[in-house]
Amino acid sequence: MDQLKRLIPRLSGMTISLLGLSVLVFTISRVLPGNPARMALGARASDEQVARLASEMGLNKPLAAQYLEYISGLLVGDLGLSLQTRNPVLEDIIFKLPATLELITLSLVLMIAIGIPLGVIAAQNRGGLLDNMTRVFAFSAVSVPSFFIAIVLQVIFGFYLDLFPITGRLSLKYSQTITRETGFMLIDTLLAGSVAAHANAWAHLILPALALSFGGMGQIIRITRSSMVDIEGKDFIEASHGFGLPRWLVVYKYSLKNAFIPTLTIIGLLYAWLLGGAFIIEIVFGWPGLAKYGVQSVLTTDVNALVGVTMTIGLMFVLTNFIVDVILDRIDPRIQLAGDAT
Amino acid sequence: MSTDTSTLDRIVSPAQRELWYRSYRRFADQPMSVVGAVIVASVITLALLAPYIAPYPEHVGSYTDFANSFAAPSLDHPFGTDKAGRDLLTRVIYGYRLSLLLAGTVLGIGVPIGVFLGLVAGYSGGWIDAAIMRLTDTFLALPPLVLALAIASVFEPTLEIAIFAVASLWWTWYARLTRGLAASERSKEYVQAAELAGAGRLHVMLREILPNCLSPLLVKMTLDAGIVILTGASLSFIGLGVQPPRPGLGTMVASGTNFLPQQWWVSIFPGFAIFVLVLGFNMLGDGLRDMFDVEVEQ
Repeated sequence: MDQLKRLIPRLSGMTISLLGLSVLVFTISRVLPGNPARMALGARASDEQVARLASEMGLNKPLAAQYLEYISGLLVGDLGLSLQTRNPVLEDIIFKLPATLELITLSLVLMIAIGIPLGVIAAQNRGGLLDNMTRVFAFSAVSVPSFFIAIVLQVIFGFYLDLFPITGRLSLKYSQTITRETGFMLIDTLLAGSVAAHANAWAHLILPALALSFGGMGQIIRITRSSMVDIEGKDFIEASHGFGLPRWLVVYKYSLKNAFIPTLTIIGLLYAWLLGGAFIIEIVFGWPGLAKYGVQSVLTTDVNALVGVTMTIGLMFVLTNFIVDVILDRIDPRIQLAGDAT
Repeated sequence: MSTDTSTLDRIVSPAQRELWYRSYRRFADQPMSVVGAVIVASVITLALLAPYIAPYPEHVGSYTDFANSFAAPSLDHPFGTDKAGRDLLTRVIYGYRLSLLLAGTVLGIGVPIGVFLGLVAGYSGGWIDAAIMRLTDTFLALPPLVLALAIASVFEPTLEIAIFAVASLWWTWYARLTRGLAASERSKEYVQAAELAGAGRLHVMLREILPNCLSPLLVKMTLDAGIVILTGASLSFIGLGVQPPRPGLGTMVASGTNFLPQQWWVSIFPGFAIFVLVLGFNMLGDGLRDMFDVEVEQ
């Protein structure tokens, strides 16, 4: 109950953020120059065709009415028709979302699984060779453009070593036999009972997920290292050492647990960063996810789809931050959540 | 009696100099900071002197020399040539110009707006603070690249639109940072003294509080320059930034992806060039952070 009370200001803040975002996206999609109907049909469409589509899209109503229509549509998940696929946008998004979630989830797992141990190792070897090597790696990882690392991975592991496929989610010979159940390829291939197809799905997933994870991995390494170093100097850690507890136990049970709080905060932000990064990675690897759909909707000025994708990502971002807040509150109720600071 | 206070001592007290020297040592003792500073300084020099340094300045635009198409890296063309036979080293040097232009303009527009809103929010408090912070939270509710993409999509894609798109959301980080700094300075004695002396709100914000927020802002700007360059390059890579034949670094990487892996140099060198510059800004920014001893979230 107490926790709920603490989280209420955060929830209302979230709602306002999302409303604000809807206004922003609406403004971008309707008020800025250019007629969406004209853009959708291209320069060669006749004026009548444009006028007909414009009235179909409700573009000749007053702006306030358009916004109300748009927001009430958003609330019930009616995002209109996509101009590129002619399907309801919501259907498209639901269809494409699992591919993106699969990609960014594995990416997040890689980030944490590689980043946290490296950060701990660096902190344990402060000033030593391992620390410096990790430092250079972390700096490089945050500085490398994701499309560049994606291409380098493709060239090395795809072309030269020929270890992994470089585009798509599944090879053609399996894709006929796998029926879509959940949309998550790793799960669908298991449901189909095909080990070979499952392995093939992993092989497709590993390079894009790795390419996507670099930037965040660098940040996790740095934040883990610096919070481990901070914690090491604390009395209770000194006391645990003095107590004669084994070094590994102190490091992993006491230091890391406390050092994890700043890391967790960063992980929430990184999730959003991954959604942005996916826009690049999905293009490079031909990954048929939400981000690729978003980029295509930008390039074909598919306004409804663009609004849908942007709002979905905004919603996911806000929700993730909320979940991180709930977890942080559980771990340490003394933490002031960002929303309560006055 | 000898005059043992030199002119220098009269201008800057020895204690002050000692402080500066220690800050400088904190910076210089970290080899990576120095490397970062050298990279950033070299790239800026290259970009400024591009017309004199680049081996083939005429290759910057829509020049073609198909006889030289896809020449592999050699002494004549250290980075090779692209499909149109243009020297890639030349185009990378000119690409740096566009990247630095992007970073400079985005920060030049975004920082003053953000800093001013942050000062107003942090110094005023109350509903003004709440309103401004709600606005920034809204912008921060999306990954920057996605928002820039949405904004860039309504216009014809060009470098200028990419700059506008990135700048229109980059102010938010500065609003947040400055608000926090201003809110903590507000209750300090020097601010109260200025208020009691009858200074106006604008004077207190700009002349009293702002000077005390400069080092975190400088650190943040250095670290951000790299991120802005990455964001701009990503927009160009997707096709929503610099358009060919202009030599955007991200644009060049994208145009080379069709020729992998045989003509690898078309993508790899421009991509590596972005990496080096961003790395330079990050290492420099990190060194400055140690030097000023400030906490800045990235």
